[in-house]
Amino acid sequence: MRAVHLWVATGVLLVGSYLSLGIGAASSVGVADLFPPTADEWHILATSRIPRLAAVLLAGASLSVAGLIMQRITANRFVSPSTSGTVEAAVLGILIATMLFSSTSLVVKMLIAIVTAIAGTIVFLQMLQRIQHREGIVVALVGLMYGGVLAAITTFVAYQRDMVQYLDIWTTGSFSGILEGRYEPLYIVLVVGVIGYLFADRFTVIGMGESFATNLGLNYQRILYIGLIVVSVMAAVVVVVVGAIPFLGLIVPNVVTLLLGDNVKKVLPLTALAGAGFVLACDVVGRTAIHPYELPVATIAGGIGGVVFIWLILRSAKGASV
Amino acid sequence: MTLLQSRSDRATRAAANLEHSSPEERRRRRRVRLILTVLGLACLLAAVAYLTYDVRGSWDYAMDLRTRQVGSLLVVGAAVGASSLVFQTIAGSRILTPSVMGFDALYLLVQTIIVFFFGSATFLMMGVAERFLINAGALVVFGMLLFRWLFGRNSRNLLVLVLVGIVIGSLFNSLTSLASRVLSPNDFLTLQDVMFATFNTVDGDLLWIVAVVCVVGLLALVPLLRYLDVVDLGYDSAIALGLPYHRVVTLTLAVVTLLVAVSTALVGPMLFLGLIVANLARQVVPSHRHTDLVLGSVFVGILATVGGQFVVGHLMDNATTLSVVVNLVGGIYFILLLMRTVRL
Repeated sequence: MRAVHLWVATGVLLVGSYLSLGIGAASSVGVADLFPPTADEWHILATSRIPRLAAVLLAGASLSVAGLIMQRITANRFVSPSTSGTVEAAVLGILIATMLFSSTSLVVKMLIAIVTAIAGTIVFLQMLQRIQHREGIVVALVGLMYGGVLAAITTFVAYQRDMVQYLDIWTTGSFSGILEGRYEPLYIVLVVGVIGYLFADRFTVIGMGESFATNLGLNYQRILYIGLIVVSVMAAVVVVVVGAIPFLGLIVPNVVTLLLGDNVKKVLPLTALAGAGFVLACDVVGRTAIHPYELPVATIAGGIGGVVFIWLILRSAKGASV
Repeated sequence: MTLLQSRSDRATRAAANLEHSSPEERRRRRRVRLILTVLGLACLLAAVAYLTYDVRGSWDYAMDLRTRQVGSLLVVGAAVGASSLVFQTIAGSRILTPSVMGFDALYLLVQTIIVFFFGSATFLMMGVAERFLINAGALVVFGMLLFRWLFGRNSRNLLVLVLVGIVIGSLFNSLTSLASRVLSPNDFLTLQDVMFATFNTVDGDLLWIVAVVCVVGLLALVPLLRYLDVVDLGYDSAIALGLPYHRVVTLTLAVVTLLVAVSTALVGPMLFLGLIVANLARQVVPSHRHTDLVLGSVFVGILATVGGQFVVGHLMDNATTLSVVVNLVGGIYFILLLMRTVRL
């Protein structure tokens, strides 16, 4: 049964992806030109549209998977990189990198962002341990507020260096700057994603508590840190290359598990596909709504994501499983 | 009506007699009065310090500018302090304030809609007062709708309300950024001006209007305060004691919306100011009477805005803005509140 889902989803995503190559500012290359493209048309496709498509799919898939893993580790539905400070910590890291070394390469920025993202997530997990109410809604509130505090620190620092405008690049995710040669580090998430897949079941087990996991013969701390690193690397890499996409890591895993159940190993590939598809749809809307200008994907995903998130909250408040 | 009035008067007198009978109670009242006096004097001191600190160049110019700044700080501090404390009582929770419930985001959305539909040209050509009235009017209407919806739906689960409020806030932010992309650059610049809280440039005429509205709002709150003492006991007890619960709550909510709307429309949004001020006031003033609490909250609010702006503007030489500091401190405080308190 699950295999059918997977194949159908993959097929839909592939067709959608191919058709999305026909959308862009250069109206000389339309959907009709894709079968097959001429040499000139191929040039546009190869330098701009295919990189963009790859970035969309990778970013959507990795943020969704990061959200899923985080929800498993904390055994909490309302946790995700963008609602627990991971993304904000990464943005702070990028700002620090830009301030320390004036002409930083993408890779250095990325490394520093990964380090701060890991640190930021560790702090969140520490707070989670000390919290009085462990119900999903309080945790979500604390996470959102924590992210807000980190964002305020970032603004505070940026304000003094006249860099507030720069922040927009990373806090508002957009694919409009993606060209050949400017997005390749994003492929790191593939490697990290495979690691996440291999550890998927163990993440579920440590979500059940330290003593339970140790009882089953798992090294709790080690698995926890592997999960942390997987999540932080995915989030930080996407923030550096694309920028933050709000609520993505929260709503996609929630909706997928609502439909298909809780088995991480089976749900994880579908979550990746669904996340990629969702971001692709948002990006297509963003590119066509005020053509030839663009709306950033973060704005559209934030709008849709916010509505879905409220629906999830009200749903869990009515007594459905949190 | 007169019967009710005289009966309630008698009740107050009886309560007063009861209080005076206990020496311990009398001591407590004296302490509350002392604390309120000290707070009031501190406010006065802060205002004078703000006006006179390190004046260079023309004294007249500095006074003119600084009086307007202090005026707006006073109005905002008092309005935010009173409205947040009262709102907490109605909501029956220490972590709920109008801003936390999505009011600030509403402000941004209303601004965007106004600029979007009227265009920045009309927006700028309108007099300051007209613009403010449209602004505040829209905020009051939308604010009442938002609060009625939030309170009506899930009145039993407050945390759900806060979370929904915050997510609605971020939803409004997305809508604002969507509209701002579609706007022309000129329109966007106009919009950006009104989106951040600033005390540095406040129009004199506007300040007068806001001050009058705020004073009226605060005065309208006074007769409600005694009822709020009862509302504080919770819905069931209040109804059992014969309080017209829904009328009191609706009236108070209307005043709160008015106060928040005009103060936000004057200087822009400051998310956590009300939260810090109201909770500090509850800690500083050892009383459960809303006459004391609201007065204390007004003073703490003024201290926070005038004192905070004094530090940020004068001592730190505008190295940052008050709203950034408030968000930073307030955010941390909010997290601590969430983590610590067992009953929210």
